[in-house]
Amino acid sequence: MVTIETIRMLKAGEEAVVKKITVGGELGRRIRDMGLVPGTSIMVVGRAPLKDPVQIKLKGYNLTLRNNEADHILVSSSEQ
Amino acid sequence: MSAEKITIALAGNPNSGKTSLFNALTGARQHVGNYPGVTVEKKWGTAKLGGREIEVVDLPGTYSLTAYSPEELVARNYVIEDRPQVVVDVVDASNLERNLYLAVQFMELGVPVVIALNMIDVAQSRGLHIDPDKLSRLLGVPVVPTVARRGEGVLKVLKAAQEVAQQKTTWSPVDISYGQDIDDALKQLVASFNGQESAWEPLSPRWVGLKLLENDAEVIKKIAQDRELAADLETLRKKLYQHITATMGDDPEGVIADHRYGYIAGLYHQVVTESRQKRIEASDRIDKVLTNRLLGPVILLAILYGVYQFVFWASETPVVWFEEFFGWLAGAAEAIIPAGLLQSLVVSGMIDGVGGVLGFVPLIAFMFFAIAIMEDSGYMARVAYILDRVLRHFGLHGNSVMALIVSGGISGGCAVPGVMATRTLKDPKARLATILTVPLMNCGAKLPVYALLIAAFFAAKQAEVMFALTLVSWGLALVAARILRWTLLKGETAPFVMELPPYRMPTLKGLLIHTWERTWQYIKKAGTVILGVSVIMWALMTFPGLPEEQTAKWEARIAAAQSQEAKEQLSMQMAQAEVGHSVAGRMGRALTYVTAPLGFDWRTNVALVGGFAAKEVVVATMGTAYSLGEVEPEEAESLSSRLAKDPAWSPLMAFALMIFVMVYAPCFVTVVMIRRESGTWRWALFSMAYTTVLAYLLALVVFQGGKLLGLG
Repeated sequence: MVTIETIRMLKAGEEAVVKKITVGGELGRRIRDMGLVPGTSIMVVGRAPLKDPVQIKLKGYNLTLRNNEADHILVSSSEQ
Repeated sequence: MSAEKITIALAGNPNSGKTSLFNALTGARQHVGNYPGVTVEKKWGTAKLGGREIEVVDLPGTYSLTAYSPEELVARNYVIEDRPQVVVDVVDASNLERNLYLAVQFMELGVPVVIALNMIDVAQSRGLHIDPDKLSRLLGVPVVPTVARRGEGVLKVLKAAQEVAQQKTTWSPVDISYGQDIDDALKQLVASFNGQESAWEPLSPRWVGLKLLENDAEVIKKIAQDRELAADLETLRKKLYQHITATMGDDPEGVIADHRYGYIAGLYHQVVTESRQKRIEASDRIDKVLTNRLLGPVILLAILYGVYQFVFWASETPVVWFEEFFGWLAGAAEAIIPAGLLQSLVVSGMIDGVGGVLGFVPLIAFMFFAIAIMEDSGYMARVAYILDRVLRHFGLHGNSVMALIVSGGISGGCAVPGVMATRTLKDPKARLATILTVPLMNCGAKLPVYALLIAAFFAAKQAEVMFALTLVSWGLALVAARILRWTLLKGETAPFVMELPPYRMPTLKGLLIHTWERTWQYIKKAGTVILGVSVIMWALMTFPGLPEEQTAKWEARIAAAQSQEAKEQLSMQMAQAEVGHSVAGRMGRALTYVTAPLGFDWRTNVALVGGFAAKEVVVATMGTAYSLGEVEPEEAESLSSRLAKDPAWSPLMAFALMIFVMVYAPCFVTVVMIRRESGTWRWALFSMAYTTVLAYLLALVVFQGGKLLGLG
């Protein structure tokens, strides 16, 4: 089953593919500059001790962003 | 071979090893950090190739070339305006896709590019096999594999850059397809240049069009100044922008970025073969522990506390060596120079003043060494990651941690680079709040004051008191930032989006370079500014001397005294009277009306006034003040044990003084830096005023409150 969700809903260790970036301007640009474009595979590595920000792995490197920023990244995860 | 001097610009992502390559090329000594955004300033050096000098300009580390961040604008504008013959783009081979994003943008711009495929060893160890020749053919630029940390491939990069500089004398932008809609829009934009292209050289009309569609504020502003083009292009841009947004369901900026990455993904699959199974990398395993929900914060606090213990423990012995050396130097000066004004100037003004500051060099060197380990290992970025949630509550940014730490969040930093480190903050309000609060941190110059007073009054609990002072400074800085963000600096916070570089074992060479650079800056400051200020303070405390008939009266009384003890007592009193009569003494006395409720006497006041020039001077001035009052200088009693015996001092007053020194007006150099970074004297003056008022109130509460509680 394929569902569209945001990174906030993913648990540590879960993988997903970026479907759409729903924000423009500086934040949208910054997210895309770091390689978060549609079609990119990501994995949630973990979250900071206070559950925010989130750490993800993409294109072989680790990136951190706040939950409210990650909410602009729609992903689809495949569940068995 | 042309005689014209070649300039190459070094570009690349943060953490790509750009600074290592710069050091390897030029041999220049500069800071190498593992934290995104350490290289903010433009730096340059000279490389030598076959007896020829090549200028190398180190551009700030960036991920992209947008107009959103000052670093990216600096990098872009340098290339456009200063026209280096070639851009050497340092690409992290182990992180190729994201690193090529910047390389492609330089190629879109059209400037001749050489790619240094750095950390090729790391890529190989991760099972990534990259074909540099194929990448070179596909991109149409030279690609040189390097391991800059070990100096491998550096000469080849230089040779390739020289060749490109001689062969490619014009810019030739690469044409990437951004999809039908954007490509059509670009054609229309290019067509409306109507023969005005030459005015924009070396920029191509297609690049200008691309930036217009990307909503690039800088290029839009420039177009507006071009009267021939402004009307046509701006109307067309708005029309196309709306059209694309409507048909694609995304703004053109997004569509262009997506296609750029699409183009790179195509390249990547052609040049890279991945021979590895999916496995958890060592760096991620370390992160599982260091950023663990429960362990992470505990380890963070333990590391910060461990740094103090280490620094105090390691520097104990060398500090004694320094003290002994300056004691010997003072003795030697006294033996050579006859007693009088000159001896007083050299011993009391210069050796005591500078020695008091230089005596703390070991302490500062070990502190910088510990900070360098945190930066170079990649842990500093985790500190921002762990603390962002907390800092956001205070209206700051995770990256504010960097500025706060550099300024003395781990004591021993300096607010001057700290204020400069705020350049990595994109949110102007969070940035200004950081700039205004970093001077509250315990910088290296405050350490000598703390160390002096702690040794005198809290000898049994040195590390504990130091740790308490650190917590107090963090608390004050955060509360001050919160209040500023509620009042003078209201508004939203900027994107946090930040790379967490892989943990790397710092190289001893790198650590020593960083430690030495920062320590040397401190020594230079001691040798120049502090020496000058010590001499001025000495003059203020020596002139005007007592009127002759008074001097005669004192001397007569001393001569008439019966016992040796009485003679010494009288000489002390005479010295006191002399300093009290001087300019500084008068200033200090005048200020006691204000500082009496804090328990500070006139000598402390004199030292605090001197501290405006640089906080180290507080110690230097107190040293001078006390040694001027001394009868037998060869009786080598340290200032701290002198203070401990002085009945006017108490642990409570010492603590109030430490709080005052922590908070009151930043030193002159920092104030100048705040003026530069905030853009106006208004904020610089504000930073002096609010901190001094706050310092006074806090010291008042500590001293009077402590007395009420019976602690004094």
